[in-house]
Amino acid sequence: MQWETVIGLEVHVQLATQSKIFSGASTAFGAEPNAQASAVDLAMPGMLPVLNEGAVRMAVQFGLAVNANIAHRSVFDRKNYFYADLPKGYQISQMYHPIVGKGEVSVNLSDGSERTIGIEHAHLEEDAGKSLHEDFQGQSGIDLNRAGTPLLEIVSEPDMRSAEEAAAYLRKIHAIVTYLGISDGDMSQGSMRCDCNVSVRPKGQTEFGTRSEIKNVNSFRFVEKAINTEVERQIELIEDGGEVQQETRLYDADRDETRSMRTKEFANDYRYFPDPDLLPVEIDDTYINAIRDGLPELPDAKQARFVTEYGLNADEAAPLVQSQALADYFEQVARGSGDARQAANWIMGELARLMNQNEVEIQDCPVNAGDLATLILRVQDGTISGKLAKQVFEALWNGEGSPDDIIEQQGLKQVSDSGEIEALVDQVLADNQAMVDDYLSEEVAKKQKKKFNALVGQVMKASQGKANPAQVNDILQQKLTSSD
Amino acid sequence: MHTSTLSELARALEAGETTSEALTRETLERIRAHDGRYNSFITVAEERALEQARAADQARTEGRAGPLTGIPFAHKDIFCTEDLLTTCGSRMLENFAPPYNSTVAQKLDDAGAVCVGKANMDEFAMGSSNETSYFGPVTNPWGDGLVPGGSSGGSAAAVAARLVPAATATDTGGSIRQPAALCGLTGLKPTYGRISRYGIIAFASSLDQAGTLTRDARDAALMLNTMAGFDPKDSTSLDREVPDYCASLDNDLSGLRIGLPKEYFSDELSPEMAEQVRNAVREYENLGATVKEISLPHSHLAVAAYYVIAPAEASANLSRFDGVRYGHRCENPQDLNDLYLRSRSEGFGEEVKRRILVGTYALSAGFFDAYYLKAQKVRRLIQQDFTDAFNEVDLIMGPTSPSPAFAQGDKTDDPINMYLEDVFTIASNLAGLPAMSIPGGMVNNLPVGLQIIGNYFDEARMLNAAHRFQQVTDWHQQVAPNGV
Repeated sequence: MQWETVIGLEVHVQLATQSKIFSGASTAFGAEPNAQASAVDLAMPGMLPVLNEGAVRMAVQFGLAVNANIAHRSVFDRKNYFYADLPKGYQISQMYHPIVGKGEVSVNLSDGSERTIGIEHAHLEEDAGKSLHEDFQGQSGIDLNRAGTPLLEIVSEPDMRSAEEAAAYLRKIHAIVTYLGISDGDMSQGSMRCDCNVSVRPKGQTEFGTRSEIKNVNSFRFVEKAINTEVERQIELIEDGGEVQQETRLYDADRDETRSMRTKEFANDYRYFPDPDLLPVEIDDTYINAIRDGLPELPDAKQARFVTEYGLNADEAAPLVQSQALADYFEQVARGSGDARQAANWIMGELARLMNQNEVEIQDCPVNAGDLATLILRVQDGTISGKLAKQVFEALWNGEGSPDDIIEQQGLKQVSDSGEIEALVDQVLADNQAMVDDYLSEEVAKKQKKKFNALVGQVMKASQGKANPAQVNDILQQKLTSSD
Repeated sequence: MHTSTLSELARALEAGETTSEALTRETLERIRAHDGRYNSFITVAEERALEQARAADQARTEGRAGPLTGIPFAHKDIFCTEDLLTTCGSRMLENFAPPYNSTVAQKLDDAGAVCVGKANMDEFAMGSSNETSYFGPVTNPWGDGLVPGGSSGGSAAAVAARLVPAATATDTGGSIRQPAALCGLTGLKPTYGRISRYGIIAFASSLDQAGTLTRDARDAALMLNTMAGFDPKDSTSLDREVPDYCASLDNDLSGLRIGLPKEYFSDELSPEMAEQVRNAVREYENLGATVKEISLPHSHLAVAAYYVIAPAEASANLSRFDGVRYGHRCENPQDLNDLYLRSRSEGFGEEVKRRILVGTYALSAGFFDAYYLKAQKVRRLIQQDFTDAFNEVDLIMGPTSPSPAFAQGDKTDDPINMYLEDVFTIASNLAGLPAMSIPGGMVNNLPVGLQIIGNYFDEARMLNAAHRFQQVTDWHQQVAPNGV
């Protein structure tokens, strides 16, 4: 049977406010446990939440970025459940009237196609604290630094049909929130967390299959792997005559498997009701329009501009706009070198390779944009050959100095002195008489060209790659012609 | 001095006839000598009070004294007071001393008032007779074996017994007005949002409002002048100017339009009570007011709606008392569930548990619409009744409670009968309106309360009406026979 996968994602984005969503405590990461928990965060008796306007502004920014309806009136609700890291015994969230309504984003897939993924809604809520189970014998530690950190929960429509689409959607959300500067998007530190709702159905069937929810997947790669693993599990289960349970599952990356956490019968009744401590959030068009006017250029617009302004095609531009930092880097290199295509090639080629290999993000890349631009210029003006430029680039990566210093110190300057090249050519011709004869006796033009190139290679080798290849070509051509 | 009102004491202090230290010592001595009979205090803060008194005297010599400087008073034990036990009448908080002041406590501190102790109350303000307190019942100074009303029974008994000239209190469904009525006092519950709820241990957040228990309207005005005002720490407090409530006390009442809701004079009210209330209203006609019968057609739904909404909010508000961070914790918890179960079972009394269960039920999946949402609709209808009524009249008057003080134990086995104690007071909490109770007559030698309900933020007019009444009557000057 042919199966179709249906995926919806719930993405929790930690908003980059200075203070918490309902208290004045700092949201900075990495403080001593409970050093950033105020009386409000600790749910001391009589404490009241006061909404941080910054979180509202950021939610509206996101809503506008995904062309969503912004609710003029949204309401905070209490989601009731007991847990040791949830001090109030309820989480303040938005169940019935979220601040961001229906919207959409488009994603580019590897086959070059584009898909539109619907956003069902996005709502504001507070994060819980953390339970620490290590270091406490027979007990648990509670760290409430994170309690009250603002979250934007972005709920997609069940629009995705493959793990690749889900990962592309997640990357797009990541790009949007980091472009907006409303989150650092750091998945490894939990600034962005993802729950995946996954189901399968026979191809052609309109109703959805029973879904499972994979909780808290914390990297782009794991989202793809977890979904693929879960899809396989579900298909296998159904084909063996079983039934998929509606349940919450956990992805174990080490074993690449999902495991059941709790089934529907044990699901909490959260008893949502409007939080009487907070007034409904009322915002008007003036407020929304002021935010709209201040939005930065977003990934889709930037990609379109890279095509028109720099003459890139869409496939070249798409990976460059994945993050604001990468796009900025590209623009600096393109402007500094005056050659956007070379800039794109270098960034998506050598630079991407070394970043991947060393697991470095563009923000921490040791090669600054100005140096890369200079390097491209040095190839352009013939100071070095394209081939040796890669060597210079590696040296730049290793922090060995500026491009010009490296070229100088390592003696990589291209030899463009015709006398010097002529001497080299003469030497090669003298040392390789057999090759010369072979070339001269060849009658098929194509084969002759190949033999000529072999001789060029010999000259380049003799120059240790430094000879100007165009000049080598010319001089060699002359010599071989005159020796006819 | 103990027979003096707050205003008289303020005058005596101003005139240098006494000092705050002398007043405070006398107050503390009287509490020590007599409170065994009433049990109106949970905590007496001797050292702290004397320190405050000396500071107040110092402020006066430096010319920094206001009307409340040096005046001894009691806080209902629901107001958080820095480093001073704040139990809320519960075993759960038996040892809880908050590291912060409620806004009300801070304002009274700043005004130089001297808090001599924390008044007894029904546990978490849930009760109408002060019999649910973990620290034992309070006895009404009007007769041994009589309840003082609740939940602010300790505050009321302490003022009625002339232990203190004034006390703070809170009113969620009548918890200021009903004890005022049963103890022969002036009790004021201002408009919802007039006084900050910050640092007041929450019972039902959308209904709770702080206020005062005093001997007369002038003293209530003095207290309100200090306690009222916008607080950025309470999102539901209202940013509205605070008038000088003393300035309009003597205004003429001619032309004042008074409405008597016919629903408040039905079977719930005995003929003797009704007669006392009507006699009191007749005094207003003598003062130049016009009186007409009005209708609040949804009055009969108020108690039912209240006993859905208040427990629903309470069930969430009391979730924070979980034995994890403060408050009662059971011995040797086996695991988290055991910790919750036993800490809460041991820490909360029967009435509190009953309301948590009722509230949890009302919010549960499958019941939410039928109970919580229906109750909210009723609440809006009740609000609308008042809005319509205030188009015709300036103040609404009627009985505060169905009967005078009743015997301890009379209603403890019959929660519904106990809940009906608040049948006349609950509606103004649901509507958020200001309301007060003033002594308006006697039945069987026990005080009868006259309730005055005003339009939003019309406290000045209510206090004016109460004060003029008290100038021509002496019900408020009747002294409880056991009061000394």
